[in-house]
Amino acid sequence: MNSQGFAALHARQAIPRGQVPQMPFADFRGSIVDAVAGGQRVAALFGDVPDSTGNVDLYAVLADSSRALVRVGKTTLDSDRFPSLTPDCPPVHLFERELAEQYGLRPEGHPWLKPVRFHASYRPGHDAWDRRPGEHPVIGVTDFFRVEGEEIHEVAVGPIHAGVIEPGHFRFQCHGEQVFHLEISLGYQHRGVERVLVGGPGKRTIHLMEQVSGDTSVGHATAYCQAVEALAGVEPSLRAQVLRGVALELERLANHTGDLGALAGDVGFLPTSSYCGRLRGDFLNLTALLCGSRFGRGMVRPGGVGFDLDAGRIKQCLERLEGAFRDVSSAANLLWNSASVLARFEGTGAISQDTCVALGMVGPAARACGLECDVRRDFPTGIFRFKLVPVSSWITGDVFARAYVRWLEIQRSVAFVKDQLQVFPEGPIRAIVGPLKPDHLVVSLVEGWRGEICHVALTDSQGRFSRYKIVDPSFHNWMGLAMALRDQQISDFPLCNKSFNLSYCGHDL
Amino acid sequence: MINILWERVRQGHRTIAYPVGDPPPLPDRFRGLPVLDESKCADGCRGCAEACPTDAIARDDQGLRLDLGRCLFCTDCVDACPEGAIRYTQDYRLATTTREDLVLRNGQELKLAQPLEQKMRRLFGRSLKLRQVCAGGDSSAEADLNVLGTVVFDLGRFGIQFVASPRHADGLVVTGPVTENMRLALLTAYEAVPAPKLVIAVGVDAISGGIFRDHPEVHNGVEGLLPVDLYIPGNPPHPMSILDGFLRMLGRLERNEPRTVPVTAQPHPALLPVAT
Repeated sequence: MNSQGFAALHARQAIPRGQVPQMPFADFRGSIVDAVAGGQRVAALFGDVPDSTGNVDLYAVLADSSRALVRVGKTTLDSDRFPSLTPDCPPVHLFERELAEQYGLRPEGHPWLKPVRFHASYRPGHDAWDRRPGEHPVIGVTDFFRVEGEEIHEVAVGPIHAGVIEPGHFRFQCHGEQVFHLEISLGYQHRGVERVLVGGPGKRTIHLMEQVSGDTSVGHATAYCQAVEALAGVEPSLRAQVLRGVALELERLANHTGDLGALAGDVGFLPTSSYCGRLRGDFLNLTALLCGSRFGRGMVRPGGVGFDLDAGRIKQCLERLEGAFRDVSSAANLLWNSASVLARFEGTGAISQDTCVALGMVGPAARACGLECDVRRDFPTGIFRFKLVPVSSWITGDVFARAYVRWLEIQRSVAFVKDQLQVFPEGPIRAIVGPLKPDHLVVSLVEGWRGEICHVALTDSQGRFSRYKIVDPSFHNWMGLAMALRDQQISDFPLCNKSFNLSYCGHDL
Repeated sequence: MINILWERVRQGHRTIAYPVGDPPPLPDRFRGLPVLDESKCADGCRGCAEACPTDAIARDDQGLRLDLGRCLFCTDCVDACPEGAIRYTQDYRLATTTREDLVLRNGQELKLAQPLEQKMRRLFGRSLKLRQVCAGGDSSAEADLNVLGTVVFDLGRFGIQFVASPRHADGLVVTGPVTENMRLALLTAYEAVPAPKLVIAVGVDAISGGIFRDHPEVHNGVEGLLPVDLYIPGNPPHPMSILDGFLRMLGRLERNEPRTVPVTAQPHPALLPVAT
C-alpha cells in the first residue's frame, strides 16, 4: 500500500473536509509508513475533536516534494490507544508525543513517550500519563534518559541559560568530556497559541502569528495569510507577493548573518563576530525601512501586505543592501580563510544524511547534510512560483556545513531581493479577504529561515477555525541537535546549538 | 592575518555617538510614541478601541486613553481612524518608572522614567550587572537586548553588562508574558539576585502579557509577580528605547531637552477593511 489512499493537493489549495479521505487506522498507519519509506516527509500529524462524541480524528499531512504535492488523510480513533507509528517511522516520534499530551492518547510501543510542552490534556479525563485532572503538570517532571556507570556523570543545564536566549532544559550523559547522550526537554515557552486560535480568525490572530516565533514574524505571518487567502478564495496581487518575498528574504538575511557572527563568537573569532553582529542590524533596519518594524511586524497582512514601496524607498533599499552585502561578504570570507575557525567548525557536530532523513529534518540543517529540500523550490507559492531561488546545500553535515549553507543562502537571497526590486509589478498591495469557506481544510507551506513552516487550518460550518495546526521547522530539527552531540565534547555544545539556532517558542507554541 | 587587519580597517568605527551626540536616525516608518488628538474624534466613535487587538485603547468619561503597557505599536488603530486622531511619532523615548505612567491621555506628555534614588544610583550608576530571563518571550526582545552588546551600541561603555548568574547580578531584565512553565524559574532567579535589586520589564509581553494576555498558560507579564523598577514598552522595543530607559533610570541622561520629533510616515491611504 502507498499514500494513494491520501488526497493529493497543492500547497495552499483549500479542499472540503469531506474530501479528506477517511480510512481505517491500519490503512492510515500503513500509508504513512510506506510514504515515508518511499521518500515523502511528514509535514504534520495532528488531532482534532470534531464533535460531541469526543473521539479524536488524526490528520496526516505528507510532503511529496518529487511531485510538488501535499497528501492528506485522516482516521478516527475509537479508543485512546493505538499502535505507535514511531518504531516503523521515526520522524513522527515528536508528533505522537504531542498527540499524547494534547489529547491524552497512548501510542503503544512508542519508545520515548514523554510530555512535549507540559500542559494539561485538551480532553479532560483523558491523560496519557494518568496525571491528576485539574492540575497543571509541573514542567521538567518526567523520566529522563540515564546512562548508568561508575564513570558516567550527568550535566543538567537550564531552563535559564547563561546568555540572553530562550529557556530550555538540556541533560547530558557524559563520560569525561565526551557526550554519550543529550536529552532536550522543552515546554518552558508554552503560551497556548494553538488553542486560542480556535474560533478565529479575529483581530488578534495575525498578531499572534507574528509572535509564534518572533524572529520569524514574516515567515509565520505569510503561512497564515496564505491559508486564509486560500480559504477565502482570494489571490493577493503580484506586487504584494513580491513584497512578501522581499520581506521573507530580508528576514533570512538578518538571521543567517547573525548566526554567522554568533558562530564566529562561539569559537572566539571576534572580527566576524563583531561585524556580523552589526550587519544583522543593518538587515533588520532594511525590514524597518519597509514597514517600520525591525522584525517585520505589520508587513504581511491577509490579502497582501501592509506597506508599499515607492521608487525612492526602493533605491535606498538597494543601496543599503549592496553596502551590507559587501561587508557581510568580507566578514564571512574571513571565516573560510582562517585555519583556526575551520579547525573548530569542520567535523564538529556532524550528522549523517541517513540520520537527517530518518528524523525528517528540514531547512538549512537538512541542506547541510546534502538534502535538496527547500519549500521555495519544492512547493513554491507567491512570488517563488515565478522566480527560482537555487537550493543551497553542502554535504558534510557538520557545523561547517550549517555555517556554509547559510553563507550560500545569504548570497542567493541578496540576488533575489535585488532582482525583485529592480522590476517591480504595479498593482494594489492588499485585497479584501471575505468570509472563509466553511468545512474546509488547507495546508500552507513557507520556507522560513529555519526551514519548512507548515500551517494547517480546518474550518467549521461557520467558516471559523475549528483547529489550527502550526509546525515550526524547529519541531522537526531539535532531535537533530541531540544526535549531533553524540560523541562530541560537551564544550562543543554551544557551538553545535548555535549552528542549528532553533526556536524554543516556535517549538513550544 | 593581513586580511583580518585590512578588514578591521575597512569595517571602520561603528559605535554611535549617542548619548554625547545625536541618536542615530530611525526609519521614517518607525512607530514610536503615539500622540492622541481627541478633538478629531467623531461623537461616540469607538473605531480605534474596537480595532485594537489588545484593548490598549479605550474611550471613557475622561476621553481617549491609550495604555502603552498593552500597545503592540501596530497600525490597526491608525488604519481604523479616518480622522487621524491617533498618530505615531518617531520618538523612541518610552520608558517609565511606574505602570500608571504608561497610560497616555489626550494632550498629556509621557512622564519618562525618573532616575533611581541617590543610594541606588551610587550603587548601580556606573556599574550595573543584569541577568536576563526570557519567560515566554518570542526571541525578538531578546534579540534587541543582544543588539545592545554589539559594537553599534556597546553597552559596556556605560558599565552595563549582562551576566550569566543571577547571583552576580544587580537586577533582572524580564521578557515575555511569563508562562506558567517559566514562573518558578523566574521567581527562583529573582530570589537569587542579592538585594538591593532591580527588575526591568522589557516589551509589552513582559509588562502586560501583550498579545498573549489572558491565555490560560501565561501570567500577563510580571505584574503581580515581581516589583518592577523600569517599564520599557514596545513590541519589541527598539534598542534605542531600551538604552534610553536604562540610561534614564541610572540618571545618565542629564540632557533632557525637549526635541521636535517627526511624525511617522503613513504607510499609504486608508487600507481596505478586512472582513474576517
